Amino acid sequence: MNIKVSTIFILLCGVFLIYSFSIYIIPFKEKAAVGFDPGQAAFGRLVWQKHNCQSCHQLYGLGGYLGPDLTNIISNPQKGEVVIAPLVKYGVKQMPAFDLTDYELSVLIQFLKSTDASGISDPRNFIKDNFGMINEHEIK
Amino acid sequence: MNMKLSKLNFGSLFLLFALKMLLFGLVFGVLASLSYVYPEFLKDKLGFISLRPLHVSSAMFWIILGATGCIYSGLQIYTGTSASNQRSKWQFILWTVAIIGIFFSYFLKDFGGREYWEFNPIWALPIVMAWILFISNFITMVKGFKQWPVYVWMWLTGIIFFLFTFLENYLWIFPIFRSHFVTDMTIQWKVNGSLVGSWNQILYGTAFFLMDRIENSKSTGRSKLAFFMFFLGLFNLMFNWGHHIYTLPTEKYIRYIGYWVSMTEWVFFIRIIYEWKKNITTIQKNYHHFPYRFLMASEIWVFLNMGQAILMSIPAINIFTHGTHVTVAHAMGTTIGINSMILLAACFEFLNFNLEKHARKIKTLNITFWFLQSFLLLFWLALNGAGIRKGIWQMSVNQSSYSQMMESLNPFISVFVVSGAGLLISFSIIAFVLIKSSISRNVIYHQDS
Ligand code: HEC
Ligand code: HEM
Repeated sequence: MNIKVSTIFILLCGVFLIYSFSIYIIPFKEKAAVGFDPGQAAFGRLVWQKHNCQSCHQLYGLGGYLGPDLTNIISNPQKGEVVIAPLVKYGVKQMPAFDLTDYELSVLIQFLKSTDASGISDPRNFIKDNFGMINEHEIK
Repeated sequence: MNMKLSKLNFGSLFLLFALKMLLFGLVFGVLASLSYVYPEFLKDKLGFISLRPLHVSSAMFWIILGATGCIYSGLQIYTGTSASNQRSKWQFILWTVAIIGIFFSYFLKDFGGREYWEFNPIWALPIVMAWILFISNFITMVKGFKQWPVYVWMWLTGIIFFLFTFLENYLWIFPIFRSHFVTDMTIQWKVNGSLVGSWNQILYGTAFFLMDRIENSKSTGRSKLAFFMFFLGLFNLMFNWGHHIYTLPTEKYIRYIGYWVSMTEWVFFIRIIYEWKKNITTIQKNYHHFPYRFLMASEIWVFLNMGQAILMSIPAINIFTHGTHVTVAHAMGTTIGINSMILLAACFEFLNFNLEKHARKIKTLNITFWFLQSFLLLFWLALNGAGIRKGIWQMSVNQSSYSQMMESLNPFISVFVVSGAGLLISFSIIAFVLIKSSISRNVIYHQDS
C-alpha cells in the first residue's frame, strides 16, 4: 500500500509544481498594463500594506468588509483620484486619519491606478453561461 | 540531554500555548466586532485597523499551534518515542518570540504584510525556522516506521505544504511580482487556499487518529476509503483555490480548474449523508465521551459549511456571495465549527482530561457545549443574513449608497455581536477548565516519568 500511496503522492506534487510555476512565470513574460508607473505601483502596494488599508477595503472583493471596494475608485466618475488625499488625511467613520508623506500618497495613487487599469471589479459586469461559469461583459 | 527538558511533553505544551491564543483571539474578535456598532470605538488607540489583525492572527495561531500540539501528541503515541529534544525546545521559543513581536507590532500599528499575516515580514523568519525544526523532528520520529496509517500521511502533507505555501506567501517581496497586480493577487489567494488546506490535512488526520483511539481499533486509519479521502483532500488543496478569485481578471484556465476541482467536493458531502445513520448510533453510544462529542459536532459543521462552500464555488452563485459576509460566515464557520471543534476534541484527549475525576465540572461542560453550538449557529446565520443582503445590493441595478447598505445590515450585525460575546464566554469556560486541570495535573511533563 505504501509504495502505491507514495507514487500517487509524488505524481500529484509534480503536477502541483508545474501548475504553480506556470503562474510564477507570468510576470516574466508579460508586460504590465499601461496608464501607470509599474515601479511606483509596486511601492504603492507596500504603502497599502504598511497602513493596512486591506483590513477594511477590498480589491476585486478580497480584503476586509467595513469599507467599500477600491479597485476602480480612480475611474469612478463620482469619486476619482481627488477624493483619496483628503479621506486618507482626515479619515471617515471607522477609518482613522493617516499620516502619509507626499511620496507615499503619490505611489499609493499609482498603485490604485494599476488596480483600476487591470479590469472591472463590479460583480454586475459579469454574465453567466450555461455551465454556471461567469465571464466579463466589458473588458478594460 | 538535560533532565528537565527530556521530561517536558511538547505535545501538551503546544496545545496549552494554542488554548491561550484561542482566548486572545476571542477577546480581540469581540472588540473588533464592536467597531461595526460603534464606529468610534477605540478608534484612536487600537481601532479595527489593529483589532482585526490581532483577532485573525490569534485565530491562525490557535489553529497552527494546536495542529502542532496534535501532531506531537499523536506521534508520541504512534511511535512510542518522545518529542522532547533541543529542536522542539527551540521551535517553542521561536514561536514565542514571533508571536510577542507580532502582537507588539500590531499594537504599535507597524504593519507590512498581507491579510491574515499583516505583520512586518521580519517576523515570518522565526516562524519559518520553527517550522523547519518541526519538519526535521517529524522525519526523525517516523522514519523507522513502514506502512504508515493515513493520519501520518496527512500530518506529513500538512506540514510540508504549510512550509511551501508560507514561503510562497512572500513572493511579493520581489518587486516583479508586485508590479503585476493580477498575478500577485492570484498567488496571494492560491496561498490562502492551500494554507487552509494544509492545516485541514493535519486536523482531519488528527480526527482519524482520535477515532481509532476512541474505538480502540486500527481500521479507520488504514481503510481504503480513508486513503481515497486523503487524496481527494490533497487534490483540492492543490487545485481548488481558483474559486476565491472568479472575478479577478487572471488566466481563464485558473477559473475553470478552480470550478471543476471544487465540484469533486460533492463526494465528501454525499459520504456524510450516506454515513449519517451509522453515525447516529455511534453518537448515542459515545455521547458522554467529550473528545467524541466534539468530533461529532465538527462533522455536523462540516456538513453545513461544506454544503455552503460547494454552492459558493459555483461561479454563478459566487458572484452574489463574493466579498460579502457570506464569505466571513464561511471563514469563521469552518475555523470555529470544524477546526476548533477538532482541536478541542484533541485537547480533551491528549491533555488526559479524566471525566471521573471531574464529576463536578461535567455538568458545567455539558451545558457549555450546547450553548457553544447554539451561539455558533446564530453567529453563522447572522453573518450569512448580512452577506445575503449585501449580495443582493451588489447585484442590483439601482444601488443605494454604500453607507446606506451598511446601515441596513445592522439587525444582523447586532445578532452577530451578541452571539459572538456568547461564543467568547462558552469557549472561555471550556478553555479555562482544560488549562486549569492540565496545570493541576502537571501534564506538561511526561506522565510516566
Ligand atoms: C478601520 C477601517 C478602515 C481602514 C484601515 C481604511 N479605511 Fe478607508 N474607509 C473606511 C470606511 C468605513 C469608509 C467609508 C465608507 C462609507 O462611505 O460609508 C472608507 C472610505 C474610504 C475611501 C472613499 C471610498 C468611497 O468610495 O467613497 C477611500 C478612497 C479610502 N477609504 C481609502 C483608504 C486608504 C487608502 C486606506 C489605507 C491608507 C484606508 N482607506 C484604510 C474604513 C477604513
Ligand atoms: C475560535 C474562534 C474564532 C475563530 C477561529 C475566528 C476566525 C476568524 C477568521 C479566520 C476571520 C477572517 C474572516 C475573513 O477574512 O473572511 C475572522 C474575522 C472576524 N472575526 Fe472571528 N473568529 C473567531 C471568533 C470570533 C468571535 C467570537 C467574534 C466576535 C464577534 C469574531 C469577530 C470577527 C470579526 C469582527 C472579524 C472581521 C470581519 C470583517 O473584516 O469585517 N470572531 N475571524
